[in-house]
Amino acid sequence: MWDYLKLAGLGLVAVCAAIAANYAHDLAYQVNAITVMLAAGIAFLWVLRSAGDPKPNLQHEYFDEVVRAGAIATAFWGAVGFLVGVVIALQLAFPQLNFEWAQGYLNFGRLRPLHTSAVIFAFGGNALIMSSFYIVQRTCAARLFGGSLGWFVFWGWQLVIVLAATGYVLGATQSKEYAEPVWYVDILITVVWVGFLVAFMGTLFKRKEPHIYVANWFLLSMILTVAMLHLVNNAAIPVSIFGSAQVQLYAGVQDAMVQWWYGHNAVGFFLTAGFLGMMYYFVPKQAERPVYSYKLSIIHFWALIFLYIWAGPHHLHYTALPDWASTLGMVFSVILWMPSWGGMINGLMTLSGAWDKLRTDPIIRMMVVSIGFYGMSTFEGPMMSIKAVNSLSHYTDWTIGHVHSGALGWNGMITFGVLYYLVPRLWNRQGLYSLKLVSWHFWLATIGIVLYASSMWVTGIMEGLMWREVDANGFLVNAFADTVAAKFPMYVVRAAGGLLFLTGALIMCWNLWMTVRAQPVRASQHSAVPAE
Amino acid sequence: MCAKPIKKEPRQVETTGHQWDGIEEYNNPLPRWWVWVFYATIVWGIGYTIAYPAWPLIKEATPGLLGASTRADVKAEIKAFDDANAAIKERLISADLDAIGADPELAAFASRAGAAVFRTNCSTCHGSGAAGFEGKGYPNLLDNDWLWGGTMEDIHLTITHGIRHNDDSRYSEMPKFGADGILDETQVAQVVEHVLSLSGQEHDAALAAEGATIYLDNCSSCHMEDGSGERALGAPALNDQIWLYGGSRAAVTESVVNARFGVMPNWNERLSEDAIRAVAFYVHGLGGGE
Repeated sequence: MWDYLKLAGLGLVAVCAAIAANYAHDLAYQVNAITVMLAAGIAFLWVLRSAGDPKPNLQHEYFDEVVRAGAIATAFWGAVGFLVGVVIALQLAFPQLNFEWAQGYLNFGRLRPLHTSAVIFAFGGNALIMSSFYIVQRTCAARLFGGSLGWFVFWGWQLVIVLAATGYVLGATQSKEYAEPVWYVDILITVVWVGFLVAFMGTLFKRKEPHIYVANWFLLSMILTVAMLHLVNNAAIPVSIFGSAQVQLYAGVQDAMVQWWYGHNAVGFFLTAGFLGMMYYFVPKQAERPVYSYKLSIIHFWALIFLYIWAGPHHLHYTALPDWASTLGMVFSVILWMPSWGGMINGLMTLSGAWDKLRTDPIIRMMVVSIGFYGMSTFEGPMMSIKAVNSLSHYTDWTIGHVHSGALGWNGMITFGVLYYLVPRLWNRQGLYSLKLVSWHFWLATIGIVLYASSMWVTGIMEGLMWREVDANGFLVNAFADTVAAKFPMYVVRAAGGLLFLTGALIMCWNLWMTVRAQPVRASQHSAVPAE
Repeated sequence: MCAKPIKKEPRQVETTGHQWDGIEEYNNPLPRWWVWVFYATIVWGIGYTIAYPAWPLIKEATPGLLGASTRADVKAEIKAFDDANAAIKERLISADLDAIGADPELAAFASRAGAAVFRTNCSTCHGSGAAGFEGKGYPNLLDNDWLWGGTMEDIHLTITHGIRHNDDSRYSEMPKFGADGILDETQVAQVVEHVLSLSGQEHDAALAAEGATIYLDNCSSCHMEDGSGERALGAPALNDQIWLYGGSRAAVTESVVNARFGVMPNWNERLSEDAIRAVAFYVHGLGGGE
C-alpha cells in the first residue's frame, strides 16, 4: 500500500514538473523543472522495481548505508566547492578569467554563490546530515527512525544542491547572501529539513540510553534553529508559479536585519553548533578519552544558543540600522566569546592525558588544529563586532579572511578528521590506506589556510586604511581602483593558499577511495545495534 | 555493549556515570578563568548598554548616558570639514576660471579637491591615473589632444553639461557612412586607406588616392582637409597617433561604417559648482591643459 502511495506521489510530481517545464517563464526555472521531473521519474522507476519485495527486519542493525552515501557526497561536494573557490579567487586576481564567452554563466558574480553554497550547504550540509545520522544512532543505541526516511533526506538534499547550483549559473537567485535559492528550492529545503528533523527526533525518542548525549543537543539545536531561520528569512511571494522570480516580504533596513539575523545564525547554528555536535562525538572517540567536563558542556551549550541569536546586527554597523540595534548586536557578540570558547576548552582538554597522540595520529592532529582555528575565529568574530574595529574591517577582505579561517580551518579540518575516522569503519576496513597521505593532507591544508587568512588580513587592513584616508581638507586620498590594484599580490597568495587546500582535499579523496578499494576487510562486524 | 569503555586516567575526577557508545564525561568543574572572563564580559555588556543607545522601548530606544549617536557623529564630522572649507569654496566659485592657478592657496585646494572628485566620479571611465582606455572610447586626459578643447573654460563646460547626454550637452553626431548606405563597401575601403595615410600609417597608396576625394566630400567638413579635426564639433584629429577607438584598419573601418557615439554624463546635477571647478582645475593641471 505504502509503495503505491509513493508511486502515485512521485508520478504526480513528475507530471507537474513536466507541465511546469512547458510553461516556464525563464531558462533557470525550465532547467530546474526538467531536473525535478527526471529525479521524480528515476525515483518512480526505483520504487516500481522494488515494490512488493519482502522488507527484511533491520531493527537490529544501524542504518549505515545512508551514512556511507553521505560520506561520499561530503567528499565529492567538498572537492567541487573548493575547486570553484580556487577559480573565483583566480578570477579576482586575474579578471581576464571572466571569459567573454562565459559571461552571464561562469563570471565571478554567478560563481561566487555557487562556491559559498557548495561549501556551506553541499559540503557542510552533507557532513552534518551524514555525521548526525551516525552519531544519533550510536549514542541512542537505536536504528535511525523512519525506515527509508534517511534516504529521502539524503537524496532530497542532493536535489536541493543541484537545483540551487544550476539555478545560480542560469541566473535564478533571490540575492540574499547564503539564502540565494529561489522560492521553490526553499520549499524543497523545508520539506527535506522536516524529514531530517523527524528522523533525528524519532531516533532520540526511541533511544535505549537513559540520557541524551551532548552531541545530540547541539545537533538538535542546529536542526530546529536552521528551520526557523530558513522559514523567516525566505518569506517571499513568487511573481509567477511558472517562474523563478519572487518578491521579498520585507523591505529596506528590516529586510537587511532579517537577512543578517539569518546570515549570522546560519554561521552560529549550521557551522558552529552543528559542527560542535560532530566534535563532541568524534574527538573523544578518536582520542579514546572521556569528555573533559560535563558541566562546561551544559553551561556553554545553553549560553551559546541563547546569545548567538541576538548577535546578527553586528553585520550592519554604521548602516541605516538604528544605533540601539547595533549596540545590542555588538554587546551580545562580545559576551558570546566565552560560551564559544567553552567548546574549544572541552575539545582540547579532552585530549589531556593523550597529547602524545599528536605525534602519532594525524587524524587527532587534524581535529586539534580544527579546534584551534575554531578558537581563533570565535575570538576574532567578537573582536570584529566591536564598532570601532568594524569601522575598519567592514566590507574589507578581513571579513573574507575571518570567514575562511573558520570555514577552512574549523569546519573543513574537523570534517576531514571525521571522514578519516568514518570511512574505514563504515566500509569495515582495517584502517586507512595511508596515514602518510593524511599527514600530507594535514600540512597542505594548514599551510593553505595560513596563507589564505594572513593574505586577507593584510589586504583587509590595508584597504580599510586606504578607504578611510582623507587629507587636511577632508578629501579622499585613494580611488577605489587604487585599493584594488594594491591588493593584487595578496590575491595571488590567497589563490595559492586555496590551491594547496584543494590539493589536500583531492589527496584525501584518493586516500579514502583506496581505503575502500584496497584495504583488507576487518573481521568483526560493527554495525549491529547493541542489545541493551 | 559493543564498544568497551574508554580507559581513564587514575587520579582523575569522577565521570558522570553515563556512557554513550563508549564515551564518558568527566565531571570537571568550570575553569575559573573561563567563568570570570564570562562574568566580566556580562558586566561590561550591561555597562555598555547603559552608556550607549541600546534597549528598545515602546516608542524609542534608551538613548544611553553618553548621548552617543553615530548619525550625529558623522554629521558633525562632515560639518567640521564643510565649515573649514566654506570660505575657500566661496572664493573658488567666485574666482575667474583662469585666475585659480595664480592664487597658490586656491590652486592647492582646488587640485586636492579635484583629485578627490576625480577618483570618486571620473576614474571609473578615465582610469585612476586619468590615462583613459585607449581603443575603448575613454579619452586620455594627460596628453595635449583634446576633443572639445583643453582650456579651463572648455573643460569646465564639458564637465558641467557632459557630452551627448542631455539637451545642454556638447553634441555632434557622425553619420553611419557604411550602415546607412552613404558610401558603398569599396568607397569605405578607399577612404579608410586615406585616413591611414593621414596619420602616416602603412596603407595602400592606390586606394588612398581614390579615398582622398571621398574624404574631401564626406569627412573634411568636420575632420578638416588635413585631418586636424575640429574642436567645436568634437571631431577628433586623424593626423596624429592618438586614437579614441583604435587606429588599426579594422577599427577605422568600424568607425566609418557604424560611426561612434561616445557619451559623458552631465555632472551639474550631481556635483556642486565648487566641485566641478575643482575637478576642471585638476584635469587642466594633469599635463595637457591649455
